Amino acid sequence: MLGEGILKGMAETAKNFAGSFVSEDRLTTVEYPEQRIPTFENARVFPFLVYDGSDWAAGMRCVACQICEKECPPKCIYIEKSQDKKPDFVGKPQFYPARFDIDVSVCMSCQICVEVCPFEAIKMDTEFELATDNRFGGLLLDREELAKSNEYYHRIHPTEADEVDARLNSEKAAAEAKAKAAAQAAAAKSADAAKPSPAKPAPSTGGED
Amino acid sequence: MSVAETKAEKLDGWNRPPAMEPEGEGELLEIAMGPHHPSTHGVFRMDVTLDGERVMRLKPVFGYLHRNHEKIAEGAAYLASMPYTDRLDYFCSLSNNWAYALAVEKLVGQQVPERAQYIRVILAELTRIQNHAASIGFLIQEMGASGTPLMYAFRQREKIVDLFESLTGSRMMCNYMRFGGCRVDVSAAWLESARTVVAGLPAFVDEFEALLTTNEILMARCQGVGVLKADLAVNASVTGPLLRASGVNYDIRKVDRYGIYDRFKFRVPLGDHGDVYDRYMVRVLEMRESIRILEQALPAIPAGPIMDPKAKLRGFRPKPGEAYGRIEAPKGELGFYLISDGSPNPYRYRVRPPSLINLTILEDMCLGQNVADVVLIFGSVDIVLGEVDR
Repeated sequence: MLGEGILKGMAETAKNFAGSFVSEDRLTTVEYPEQRIPTFENARVFPFLVYDGSDWAAGMRCVACQICEKECPPKCIYIEKSQDKKPDFVGKPQFYPARFDIDVSVCMSCQICVEVCPFEAIKMDTEFELATDNRFGGLLLDREELAKSNEYYHRIHPTEADEVDARLNSEKAAAEAKAKAAAQAAAAKSADAAKPSPAKPAPSTGGED
Repeated sequence: MSVAETKAEKLDGWNRPPAMEPEGEGELLEIAMGPHHPSTHGVFRMDVTLDGERVMRLKPVFGYLHRNHEKIAEGAAYLASMPYTDRLDYFCSLSNNWAYALAVEKLVGQQVPERAQYIRVILAELTRIQNHAASIGFLIQEMGASGTPLMYAFRQREKIVDLFESLTGSRMMCNYMRFGGCRVDVSAAWLESARTVVAGLPAFVDEFEALLTTNEILMARCQGVGVLKADLAVNASVTGPLLRASGVNYDIRKVDRYGIYDRFKFRVPLGDHGDVYDRYMVRVLEMRESIRILEQALPAIPAGPIMDPKAKLRGFRPKPGEAYGRIEAPKGELGFYLISDGSPNPYRYRVRPPSLINLTILEDMCLGQNVADVVLIFGSVDIVLGEVDR
Protein backbone atom coordinates (compact mmCIF):
# COMPACT_ATOMS: atom_id res chain seq x y z
CA MET A 1 0.00 0.00 0.00
CA LEU A 2 1.35 3.41 -0.87
CA GLY A 3 2.04 5.42 2.26
CA GLU A 4 2.59 2.41 4.48
CA GLY A 5 6.27 3.24 4.97
CA ILE A 6 5.45 6.83 5.85
CA LEU A 7 2.86 5.72 8.41
CA LYS A 8 5.37 3.31 9.92
CA GLY A 9 7.86 6.14 10.22
CA MET A 10 5.25 8.44 11.74
CA ALA A 11 4.46 5.78 14.34
CA GLU A 12 8.15 5.73 15.22
CA THR A 13 8.30 9.50 15.69
CA ALA A 14 5.10 9.40 17.77
CA LYS A 15 6.70 6.74 19.97
CA ASN A 16 9.73 8.95 20.44
CA PHE A 17 7.65 12.04 21.15
CA ALA A 18 5.57 10.28 23.81
CA GLY A 19 8.64 8.49 25.12
CA SER A 20 10.52 11.72 25.71
CA PHE A 21 8.07 12.55 28.53
CA VAL A 22 8.68 9.32 30.43
CA SER A 23 12.13 8.08 29.45
CA GLU A 24 15.31 9.92 30.45
CA ASP A 25 17.04 8.01 27.69
CA ARG A 26 15.01 9.70 24.96
CA LEU A 27 15.60 13.23 26.22
CA THR A 28 19.26 14.02 25.98
CA THR A 29 19.56 17.81 25.97
CA VAL A 30 20.32 19.99 28.99
CA GLU A 31 19.86 23.74 29.46
CA TYR A 32 23.56 24.50 29.42
CA PRO A 33 24.51 27.49 31.53
CA GLU A 34 22.06 26.59 34.31
CA GLN A 35 22.27 22.82 34.01
CA ARG A 36 25.59 21.08 33.51
CA ILE A 37 26.62 17.56 32.66
CA PRO A 38 29.47 16.50 34.98
CA THR A 39 32.78 16.30 33.12
CA PHE A 40 34.53 12.98 32.70
CA GLU A 41 37.53 12.29 34.87
CA ASN A 42 39.72 11.81 31.80
CA ALA A 43 38.53 15.00 30.14
CA ARG A 44 41.28 17.29 28.92
CA VAL A 45 41.06 20.90 27.85
CA PHE A 46 44.12 22.97 28.60
CA PRO A 47 47.37 22.32 30.48
CA PHE A 48 48.23 23.69 33.92
CA LEU A 49 51.36 23.54 36.07
CA VAL A 50 51.22 21.54 39.29
CA TYR A 51 52.78 22.89 42.49
CA ASP A 52 53.17 21.22 45.89
CA GLY A 53 52.39 23.04 49.14
CA SER A 54 50.72 26.42 49.35
CA ASP A 55 53.22 28.72 47.62
CA TRP A 56 53.09 28.29 43.87
CA ALA A 57 56.51 29.83 43.23
CA ALA A 58 58.28 27.66 45.82
CA GLY A 59 56.44 24.43 45.12
CA MET A 60 56.46 24.50 41.31
CA ARG A 61 57.42 21.04 40.05
CA CYS A 62 58.59 22.32 36.66
CA VAL A 63 62.37 22.39 36.28
CA ALA A 64 62.37 24.23 32.93
CA CYS A 65 63.83 21.29 31.02
CA GLN A 66 61.96 22.58 27.94
CA ILE A 67 61.00 19.12 26.67
CA CYS A 68 57.32 20.08 26.39
CA GLU A 69 58.28 23.24 24.54
CA LYS A 70 60.19 21.13 22.02
CA GLU A 71 57.58 18.37 21.63
CA CYS A 72 54.47 20.59 21.49
CA PRO A 73 53.03 20.10 17.97
CA PRO A 74 51.67 23.64 17.48
CA LYS A 75 54.52 25.20 19.53
CA CYS A 76 52.28 27.09 21.93
CA ILE A 77 54.61 26.87 24.98
CA TYR A 78 57.30 29.44 25.70
CA ILE A 79 59.79 28.81 28.52
CA GLU A 80 62.70 30.83 29.88
CA LYS A 81 65.08 29.02 32.19
CA SER A 82 66.04 30.66 35.50
CA GLN A 83 69.64 31.74 36.30
CA ASP A 84 69.62 30.44 39.90
CA LYS A 85 68.36 27.14 41.33
CA LYS A 86 65.79 26.21 43.95
CA PRO A 87 65.32 22.86 45.74
CA ASP A 88 62.73 20.48 44.26
CA PHE A 89 60.55 18.00 46.20
CA VAL A 90 63.54 15.72 46.89
CA GLY A 91 65.67 18.65 48.00
CA LYS A 92 67.90 18.58 44.95
CA PRO A 93 68.67 22.05 43.56
CA GLN A 94 66.98 22.50 40.18
CA PHE A 95 66.32 25.28 37.71
CA TYR A 96 62.84 26.69 37.60
CA PRO A 97 60.97 28.48 34.82
CA ALA A 98 61.60 32.22 35.01
CA ARG A 99 58.91 32.49 32.38
CA PHE A 100 56.33 29.91 31.31
CA ASP A 101 53.66 31.04 28.86
CA ILE A 102 51.03 29.02 27.02
CA ASP A 103 48.91 30.55 24.30
CA VAL A 104 45.30 29.38 24.69
CA SER A 105 44.44 30.28 21.13
CA VAL A 106 47.23 28.08 19.72
CA CYS A 107 47.01 25.09 22.07
CA MET A 108 45.07 22.17 20.57
CA SER A 109 44.62 20.17 23.81
CA CYS A 110 46.51 17.14 22.53
CA GLN A 111 48.12 16.23 25.87
CA ILE A 112 51.54 15.48 24.37
CA CYS A 113 53.21 17.91 26.82
CA VAL A 114 51.75 15.85 29.68
CA GLU A 115 52.97 12.59 28.20
CA VAL A 116 56.55 13.71 27.63
CA CYS A 117 57.01 15.53 30.95
CA PRO A 118 59.40 13.46 33.13
CA PHE A 119 58.67 15.50 36.28
CA GLU A 120 54.84 15.20 36.48
CA ALA A 121 54.79 18.98 36.37
CA ILE A 122 52.25 19.70 33.63
CA LYS A 123 48.76 18.18 33.62
CA MET A 124 45.49 18.74 31.79
CA ASP A 125 42.71 20.84 33.26
CA THR A 126 39.00 20.13 32.80
CA GLU A 127 37.97 23.79 32.90
CA PHE A 128 36.56 24.62 29.48
CA GLU A 129 35.14 28.13 29.80
CA LEU A 130 38.28 29.93 28.73
CA ALA A 131 36.69 32.72 26.70
CA THR A 132 37.92 36.20 27.48
CA ASP A 133 37.23 39.72 26.25
CA ASN A 134 40.94 40.52 26.01
CA ARG A 135 42.35 38.74 23.03
CA PHE A 136 45.98 39.74 23.66
CA GLY A 137 46.81 39.43 27.35
CA GLY A 138 43.82 37.30 28.20
CA LEU A 139 44.75 34.43 25.91
CA LEU A 140 48.44 34.23 26.82
CA LEU A 141 48.57 32.65 30.25
CA ASP A 142 51.76 33.13 32.32
CA ARG A 143 53.10 30.81 35.00
CA GLU A 144 51.11 32.39 37.83
CA GLU A 145 47.84 31.86 35.97
CA LEU A 146 48.88 28.35 34.95
CA ALA A 147 49.94 27.25 38.44
CA LYS A 148 47.36 25.06 40.21
CA SER A 149 47.85 23.19 43.46
CA ASN A 150 48.25 19.45 43.79
CA GLU A 151 44.98 19.41 45.76
CA TYR A 152 43.21 20.85 42.71
CA TYR A 153 44.80 18.13 40.58
CA HIS A 154 43.50 15.52 43.02
CA ARG A 155 40.04 17.05 42.79
CA ILE A 156 39.77 16.90 38.99
CA HIS A 157 41.67 13.67 38.21
CA PRO A 158 41.59 11.64 41.47
CA THR A 159 42.76 8.27 40.09
CA GLU A 160 45.55 9.70 37.97
CA ALA A 161 46.73 12.04 40.76
CA ASP A 162 46.92 9.17 43.27
CA GLU A 163 49.11 7.20 40.88
CA VAL A 164 51.35 10.21 40.32
CA ASP A 165 51.67 10.85 44.08
CA ALA A 166 52.53 7.21 44.73
CA ARG A 167 55.21 7.35 42.04
CA LEU A 168 56.66 10.63 43.35
CA ASN A 169 56.64 9.38 46.95
CA SER A 170 58.47 6.20 46.02
CA GLU A 171 60.97 8.31 44.07
CA LYS A 172 61.41 10.57 47.07
CA ALA A 173 61.83 7.59 49.41
CA ALA A 174 64.36 6.06 47.03
CA ALA A 175 66.25 9.36 46.83
CA GLU A 176 66.25 9.71 50.63
CA ALA A 177 67.41 6.12 51.10
CA LYS A 178 70.12 6.70 48.52
CA ALA A 179 71.22 9.90 50.24
CA LYS A 180 71.26 8.11 53.58
CA ALA A 181 73.24 5.19 52.15
CA ALA A 182 75.67 7.60 50.55
CA ALA A 183 76.07 9.49 53.81
CA GLN A 184 76.63 6.23 55.69
CA ALA A 185 79.13 5.05 53.12
CA ALA A 186 80.93 8.35 53.34
CA ALA A 187 80.90 8.12 57.13
CA ALA A 188 82.16 4.52 57.04
CA LYS A 189 84.87 5.56 54.60
CA SER A 190 86.00 8.41 56.81
CA ALA A 191 85.86 6.04 59.79
CA ASP A 192 88.00 3.53 57.87
CA ALA A 193 90.38 6.26 56.90
CA ALA A 194 90.53 7.32 60.54
CA LYS A 195 91.33 3.84 61.90
CA PRO A 196 94.93 3.31 60.70
CA SER A 197 96.07 6.51 62.35
CA PRO A 198 95.64 6.03 66.09
CA ALA A 199 97.24 9.41 66.67
CA LYS A 200 93.95 11.05 65.70
CA PRO A 201 91.23 11.42 68.32
CA ALA A 202 88.48 8.82 68.69
CA PRO A 203 86.36 8.31 65.49
CA SER A 204 83.46 10.40 66.68
CA THR A 205 82.50 11.38 63.10
CA GLY A 206 80.90 7.97 62.55
CA GLY A 207 78.24 8.61 65.17
CA GLU A 208 77.05 11.93 63.81
CA ASP A 209 74.63 10.43 61.31
CA MET B 1 47.62 4.64 -33.51
CA SER B 2 47.75 8.29 -32.52
CA VAL B 3 47.77 9.54 -28.97
CA ALA B 4 44.29 10.99 -29.36
CA GLU B 5 42.88 7.65 -30.44
CA THR B 6 44.43 5.82 -27.48
CA LYS B 7 42.96 8.40 -25.18
CA ALA B 8 39.51 8.05 -26.70
CA GLU B 9 39.70 4.29 -26.41
CA LYS B 10 40.71 4.51 -22.78
CA LEU B 11 37.85 6.87 -22.02
CA ASP B 12 35.48 4.35 -23.58
CA GLY B 13 36.94 1.67 -21.40
CA TRP B 14 36.30 3.83 -18.37
CA ASN B 15 32.63 3.75 -19.18
CA ARG B 16 32.08 7.39 -18.45
CA PRO B 17 28.70 8.84 -19.33
CA PRO B 18 28.75 10.81 -22.61
CA ALA B 19 29.06 14.60 -22.57
CA MET B 20 25.71 16.33 -22.26
CA GLU B 21 24.13 18.20 -25.15
CA PRO B 22 21.71 21.01 -24.43
CA GLU B 23 18.07 20.39 -25.33
CA GLY B 24 16.01 23.05 -27.09
CA GLU B 25 17.12 26.66 -27.41
CA GLY B 26 17.37 27.97 -23.85
CA GLU B 27 20.53 29.45 -22.39
CA LEU B 28 22.79 27.54 -20.08
CA LEU B 29 22.95 28.79 -16.53
CA GLU B 30 26.13 28.55 -14.52
CA ILE B 31 25.76 28.66 -10.75
CA ALA B 32 28.19 28.23 -7.91
CA MET B 33 26.79 25.96 -5.20
CA GLY B 34 28.87 26.66 -2.14
CA PRO B 35 31.31 27.23 -0.52
CA HIS B 36 28.69 28.54 1.91
CA HIS B 37 25.86 26.33 0.75
CA PRO B 38 24.40 24.55 3.79
CA SER B 39 24.47 21.17 2.06
CA THR B 40 28.19 21.13 1.31
CA HIS B 41 29.35 19.64 4.62
CA GLY B 42 31.78 22.47 5.19
CA VAL B 43 33.41 24.57 2.54
CA PHE B 44 33.09 22.99 -0.86
CA ARG B 45 32.02 24.56 -4.13
CA MET B 46 30.34 22.96 -7.10
CA ASP B 47 30.32 25.02 -10.28
CA VAL B 48 27.20 23.60 -11.90
CA THR B 49 26.13 24.31 -15.46
CA LEU B 50 22.40 23.87 -15.85
CA ASP B 51 20.04 23.49 -18.75
CA GLY B 52 16.81 24.25 -16.97
CA GLU B 53 16.87 21.78 -14.12
CA ARG B 54 19.28 19.35 -15.78
CA VAL B 55 22.96 19.28 -14.82
CA MET B 56 25.15 19.66 -17.90
CA ARG B 57 28.52 20.02 -16.26
CA LEU B 58 29.74 19.99 -12.70
CA LYS B 59 33.13 21.19 -11.58
CA PRO B 60 34.10 20.46 -7.98
CA VAL B 61 36.27 23.17 -6.42
CA PHE B 62 38.01 22.50 -3.16
CA GLY B 63 40.94 23.80 -1.15
CA TYR B 64 39.10 26.24 1.09
CA LEU B 65 40.09 24.24 4.15
CA HIS B 66 43.64 23.47 3.06
CA ARG B 67 45.97 23.80 6.03
CA ASN B 68 49.20 22.21 4.86
CA HIS B 69 48.87 19.06 6.93
CA GLU B 70 51.36 16.99 4.93
CA LYS B 71 54.03 19.66 4.82
CA ILE B 72 53.66 20.44 8.53
CA ALA B 73 54.04 16.73 9.26
CA GLU B 74 57.28 16.61 7.28
CA GLY B 75 58.73 19.27 9.54
CA ALA B 76 57.54 17.78 12.81
CA ALA B 77 58.39 14.68 14.82
CA TYR B 78 56.43 11.50 14.08
CA LEU B 79 54.48 11.76 17.32
CA ALA B 80 53.60 15.42 16.75
CA SER B 81 51.57 14.50 13.64
CA MET B 82 49.28 12.18 15.60
CA PRO B 83 47.01 14.93 16.98
CA TYR B 84 46.87 16.50 13.52
CA THR B 85 45.49 13.27 12.04
CA ASP B 86 42.45 13.73 14.32
CA ARG B 87 41.66 16.81 12.31
CA LEU B 88 41.60 15.07 8.93
CA ASP B 89 38.26 13.33 9.13
CA TYR B 90 37.08 14.83 12.37
CA PHE B 91 34.13 12.45 12.60
CA CYS B 92 36.43 9.42 12.74
CA SER B 93 39.55 10.55 14.57
CA LEU B 94 40.22 7.09 16.00
CA SER B 95 40.29 5.50 12.54
CA ASN B 96 42.75 8.15 11.39
CA ASN B 97 44.91 7.50 14.45
CA TRP B 98 44.95 3.82 13.65
CA ALA B 99 45.92 4.29 10.01
CA TYR B 100 48.84 6.55 10.92
CA ALA B 101 49.98 4.30 13.77
CA LEU B 102 49.79 1.32 11.41
CA ALA B 103 52.00 3.06 8.84
CA VAL B 104 54.62 3.96 11.44
CA GLU B 105 54.50 0.48 12.98
CA LYS B 106 55.14 -0.97 9.51
CA LEU B 107 58.00 1.46 9.04
CA VAL B 108 59.80 0.44 12.23
CA GLY B 109 58.47 -3.12 12.52
CA GLN B 110 56.76 -2.73 15.89
CA GLN B 111 54.39 -5.33 17.26
CA VAL B 112 51.17 -4.29 18.95
CA PRO B 113 50.09 -6.25 22.06
CA GLU B 114 46.90 -8.32 22.00
CA ARG B 115 44.92 -6.08 24.30
CA ALA B 116 45.75 -2.96 22.32
CA GLN B 117 44.66 -4.73 19.11
CA TYR B 118 41.27 -5.49 20.65
CA ILE B 119 40.89 -1.92 21.92
CA ARG B 120 41.68 -0.63 18.44
CA VAL B 121 39.08 -2.85 16.79
CA ILE B 122 36.43 -1.88 19.35
CA LEU B 123 37.10 1.83 18.93
CA ALA B 124 37.28 1.63 15.13
CA GLU B 125 33.96 -0.17 14.89
CA LEU B 126 32.28 2.27 17.29
CA THR B 127 33.67 5.03 15.09
CA ARG B 128 32.19 3.38 12.00
CA ILE B 129 28.75 3.13 13.59
CA GLN B 130 28.65 6.76 14.69
CA ASN B 131 29.97 7.96 11.33
CA HIS B 132 27.41 6.00 9.32
CA ALA B 133 24.56 7.07 11.64
CA ALA B 134 25.55 10.72 11.28
CA SER B 135 26.13 10.50 7.53
CA ILE B 136 22.72 8.90 6.93
CA GLY B 137 21.20 11.56 9.15
CA PHE B 138 22.78 14.31 7.09
CA LEU B 139 21.76 12.62 3.85
CA ILE B 140 18.11 12.52 4.93
CA GLN B 141 18.38 16.09 6.18
CA GLU B 142 19.48 17.15 2.70
CA MET B 143 16.49 15.36 1.28
CA GLY B 144 14.29 17.73 3.25
CA ALA B 145 13.42 15.67 6.34
CA SER B 146 14.15 18.60 8.60
CA GLY B 147 15.99 17.09 11.48
CA THR B 148 14.13 14.11 12.87
CA PRO B 149 16.37 11.30 11.55
CA LEU B 150 19.44 13.45 12.15
CA MET B 151 18.44 14.02 15.76
CA TYR B 152 17.85 10.30 16.31
CA ALA B 153 21.26 9.58 14.80
CA PHE B 154 22.95 12.19 16.97
CA ARG B 155 21.22 10.99 20.10
CA GLN B 156 22.83 7.60 19.57
CA ARG B 157 26.10 9.07 18.39
CA GLU B 158 26.26 11.08 21.59
CA LYS B 159 26.46 7.89 23.64
CA ILE B 160 29.36 6.57 21.57
CA VAL B 161 31.12 9.92 21.69
CA ASP B 162 30.69 9.95 25.49
CA LEU B 163 32.48 6.60 25.54
CA PHE B 164 35.31 8.16 23.56
CA GLU B 165 35.50 11.10 25.93
CA SER B 166 35.55 9.00 29.07
CA LEU B 167 38.40 6.93 27.62
CA THR B 168 40.52 9.36 25.61
CA GLY B 169 39.60 12.68 27.20
CA SER B 170 38.15 14.24 24.09
CA ARG B 171 34.96 13.71 22.15
CA MET B 172 36.28 14.14 18.64
CA MET B 173 40.00 14.96 18.80
CA CYS B 174 40.86 11.70 20.53
CA ASN B 175 44.64 11.48 19.88
CA TYR B 176 44.54 8.02 21.41
CA MET B 177 46.69 5.55 19.48
CA ARG B 178 50.44 5.47 19.84
CA PHE B 179 53.10 3.69 17.82
CA GLY B 180 53.05 0.19 19.28
CA GLY B 181 49.84 0.43 21.28
CA CYS B 182 47.42 2.84 22.88
CA ARG B 183 47.82 5.74 25.27
CA VAL B 184 45.70 4.73 28.27
CA ASP B 185 44.23 1.40 29.26
CA VAL B 186 40.51 0.73 29.22
CA SER B 187 39.03 0.08 32.65
CA ALA B 188 36.55 -2.62 33.54
CA ALA B 189 33.95 0.11 34.13
CA TRP B 190 34.54 1.49 30.64
CA LEU B 191 34.13 -1.94 29.06
CA GLU B 192 30.90 -2.38 31.00
CA SER B 193 29.49 0.92 29.76
CA ALA B 194 30.64 0.04 26.23
CA ARG B 195 28.70 -3.22 26.49
CA THR B 196 25.61 -1.30 27.58
CA VAL B 197 25.90 1.09 24.64
CA VAL B 198 26.47 -1.75 22.16
CA ALA B 199 23.49 -3.65 23.58
CA GLY B 200 21.32 -0.62 22.78
CA LEU B 201 22.58 -0.26 19.22
CA PRO B 202 20.51 -2.94 17.42
CA ALA B 203 17.31 -1.32 18.71
CA PHE B 204 18.55 2.00 17.37
CA VAL B 205 19.27 0.58 13.90
CA ASP B 206 15.84 -1.08 13.91
CA GLU B 207 14.20 2.21 14.81
CA PHE B 208 16.21 4.01 12.14
CA GLU B 209 15.18 1.46 9.54
CA ALA B 210 11.51 1.54 10.55
CA LEU B 211 11.66 5.28 10.13
CA LEU B 212 13.41 5.33 6.78
CA THR B 213 13.93 2.16 4.77
CA THR B 214 10.43 1.66 3.40
CA ASN B 215 9.48 5.33 3.40
CA GLU B 216 7.97 6.05 0.00
CA ILE B 217 9.29 9.60 -0.22
CA LEU B 218 12.83 8.41 0.50
CA MET B 219 12.53 5.64 -2.08
CA ALA B 220 11.18 8.03 -4.69
CA ARG B 221 14.03 10.44 -4.12
CA CYS B 222 16.85 7.89 -3.85
CA GLN B 223 16.17 4.97 -6.13
CA GLY B 224 17.79 5.25 -9.54
CA VAL B 225 19.44 8.54 -8.64
CA GLY B 226 23.18 9.04 -8.98
CA VAL B 227 23.95 5.61 -10.38
CA LEU B 228 27.63 4.68 -10.32
CA LYS B 229 28.54 1.63 -12.43
CA ALA B 230 30.93 -0.88 -10.92
CA ASP B 231 33.65 -0.63 -13.60
CA LEU B 232 33.66 3.18 -13.50
CA ALA B 233 33.88 3.05 -9.71
CA VAL B 234 36.87 0.70 -9.89
CA ASN B 235 38.57 2.82 -12.55
CA ALA B 236 38.16 5.94 -10.45
CA SER B 237 39.66 4.07 -7.46
CA VAL B 238 36.57 4.77 -5.39
CA THR B 239 36.57 2.86 -2.10
CA GLY B 240 34.38 2.31 0.91
CA PRO B 241 30.58 2.08 1.05
CA LEU B 242 30.38 4.00 -2.23
CA LEU B 243 32.25 1.22 -4.05
CA ARG B 244 30.45 -1.61 -2.28
CA ALA B 245 27.07 -0.09 -3.11
CA SER B 246 28.05 -0.54 -6.76
CA GLY B 247 28.49 -4.26 -6.12
CA VAL B 248 32.28 -4.54 -5.88
CA ASN B 249 33.35 -6.79 -3.03
CA TYR B 250 36.33 -4.88 -1.68
CA ASP B 251 36.75 -4.32 2.02
CA ILE B 252 40.28 -3.84 3.35
CA ARG B 253 39.31 -5.52 6.60
CA LYS B 254 38.84 -8.67 4.48
CA VAL B 255 41.56 -8.00 1.89
CA ASP B 256 44.45 -6.99 4.17
CA ARG B 257 43.19 -8.53 7.42
CA TYR B 258 45.13 -5.84 9.26
CA GLY B 259 45.05 -5.83 13.04
CA ILE B 260 43.07 -8.85 14.18
CA TYR B 261 40.12 -8.67 11.78
CA ASP B 262 40.73 -12.27 10.69
CA ARG B 263 39.41 -13.44 14.06
CA PHE B 264 35.94 -11.97 13.70
CA LYS B 265 33.00 -13.25 11.72
CA PHE B 266 31.33 -10.53 9.69
CA ARG B 267 29.89 -10.08 6.25
CA VAL B 268 30.52 -7.36 3.69
CA PRO B 269 27.22 -5.88 2.50
CA LEU B 270 27.07 -5.23 -1.24
CA GLY B 271 24.69 -3.13 -3.31
CA ASP B 272 23.13 -3.97 -6.62
CA HIS B 273 22.35 -0.80 -8.52
CA GLY B 274 24.91 1.67 -7.21
CA ASP B 275 22.31 4.37 -6.60
CA VAL B 276 21.80 6.58 -3.55
CA TYR B 277 19.39 4.10 -1.99
CA ASP B 278 21.94 1.30 -2.21
CA ARG B 279 24.51 3.49 -0.50
CA TYR B 280 22.06 4.20 2.29
CA MET B 281 21.29 0.49 2.61
CA VAL B 282 24.96 -0.55 2.57
CA ARG B 283 25.66 1.88 5.43
CA VAL B 284 22.76 0.54 7.49
CA LEU B 285 23.92 -3.04 6.98
CA GLU B 286 27.51 -2.11 7.76
CA MET B 287 26.32 -0.72 11.08
CA ARG B 288 24.74 -4.09 11.81
CA GLU B 289 27.95 -5.92 10.90
CA SER B 290 29.97 -3.54 13.09
CA ILE B 291 27.66 -4.35 15.99
CA ARG B 292 28.38 -8.04 15.32
CA ILE B 293 32.14 -7.42 15.47
CA LEU B 294 31.72 -5.46 18.70
CA GLU B 295 29.66 -8.25 20.23
CA GLN B 296 32.51 -10.65 19.45
CA ALA B 297 35.36 -8.34 20.47
CA LEU B 298 34.05 -6.96 23.76
CA PRO B 299 33.82 -10.27 25.70
CA ALA B 300 37.07 -11.58 24.17
CA ILE B 301 39.35 -8.74 25.21
CA PRO B 302 42.38 -10.24 27.01
CA ALA B 303 44.35 -8.78 29.91
CA GLY B 304 47.90 -7.64 29.37
CA PRO B 305 50.01 -4.66 28.38
CA ILE B 306 48.75 -2.03 25.94
CA MET B 307 52.11 -0.79 24.71
CA ASP B 308 55.02 -2.47 22.97
CA PRO B 309 57.75 -2.39 25.66
CA LYS B 310 60.30 -1.27 23.07
CA ALA B 311 58.19 1.70 22.00
CA LYS B 312 59.41 5.11 23.10
CA LEU B 313 57.78 8.49 22.96
CA ARG B 314 60.78 10.76 22.60
CA GLY B 315 63.86 10.39 20.42
CA PHE B 316 61.92 8.36 17.85
CA ARG B 317 64.13 7.90 14.77
CA PRO B 318 63.06 5.15 12.35
CA LYS B 319 65.68 3.60 10.07
CA PRO B 320 65.63 4.82 6.45
CA GLY B 321 62.85 3.15 4.50
CA GLU B 322 59.27 3.55 3.41
CA ALA B 323 55.92 2.15 4.42
CA TYR B 324 52.29 2.38 3.43
CA GLY B 325 49.68 1.59 6.06
CA ARG B 326 46.03 1.47 5.11
CA ILE B 327 42.80 0.68 6.87
CA GLU B 328 39.14 0.50 6.00
CA ALA B 329 38.04 3.83 7.43
CA PRO B 330 34.28 4.46 7.52
CA LYS B 331 34.58 6.49 4.32
CA GLY B 332 36.89 4.17 2.39
CA GLU B 333 40.54 3.28 2.13
CA LEU B 334 42.54 5.61 4.34
CA GLY B 335 46.27 5.24 3.80
CA PHE B 336 49.40 6.92 5.09
CA TYR B 337 52.58 6.73 3.02
CA LEU B 338 55.79 7.54 4.87
CA ILE B 339 59.40 7.78 3.75
CA SER B 340 62.00 7.96 6.48
CA ASP B 341 65.54 9.20 5.97
CA GLY B 342 66.62 8.31 9.48
CA SER B 343 65.87 11.73 10.93
CA PRO B 344 63.29 12.39 13.69
CA ASN B 345 60.77 13.68 11.15
CA PRO B 346 59.45 11.95 8.00
CA TYR B 347 61.06 12.82 4.70
CA ARG B 348 57.75 12.36 2.94
CA TYR B 349 54.32 12.09 4.50
CA ARG B 350 51.35 11.51 2.29
CA VAL B 351 47.72 10.84 3.11
CA ARG B 352 45.46 8.90 0.79
CA PRO B 353 42.15 10.46 1.74
CA PRO B 354 39.05 8.44 0.83
CA SER B 355 36.84 11.54 0.82
CA LEU B 356 38.87 13.33 -1.86
CA ILE B 357 39.17 10.33 -4.17
CA ASN B 358 35.50 9.40 -3.82
CA LEU B 359 34.63 12.98 -4.67
CA THR B 360 36.45 12.93 -8.03
CA ILE B 361 33.64 10.87 -9.54
CA LEU B 362 30.92 13.34 -8.49
CA GLU B 363 30.44 14.84 -11.95
CA ASP B 364 29.85 11.47 -13.59
CA MET B 365 27.16 10.63 -11.06
CA CYS B 366 25.42 14.00 -11.41
CA LEU B 367 25.25 14.45 -15.21
CA GLY B 368 21.69 14.58 -16.47
CA GLN B 369 20.20 14.66 -12.99
CA ASN B 370 18.07 17.42 -11.54
CA VAL B 371 19.88 20.09 -9.59
CA ALA B 372 17.97 19.11 -6.43
CA ASP B 373 19.41 15.61 -6.73
CA VAL B 374 22.98 16.92 -6.87
CA VAL B 375 22.70 17.76 -3.18
CA LEU B 376 21.49 14.24 -2.50
CA ILE B 377 24.21 12.51 -4.55
CA PHE B 378 26.83 14.67 -2.94
CA GLY B 379 25.50 13.74 0.48
CA SER B 380 25.56 10.04 -0.37
CA VAL B 381 29.30 10.19 -1.13
CA ASP B 382 29.84 11.01 2.56
CA ILE B 383 32.80 13.34 2.74
CA VAL B 384 34.39 15.49 5.39
CA LEU B 385 36.14 18.57 4.08
CA GLY B 386 38.89 18.34 6.67
CA GLU B 387 40.07 15.25 4.86
CA VAL B 388 39.42 16.46 1.31
CA ASP B 389 41.57 19.56 1.67
CA ARG B 390 44.00 18.51 4.41
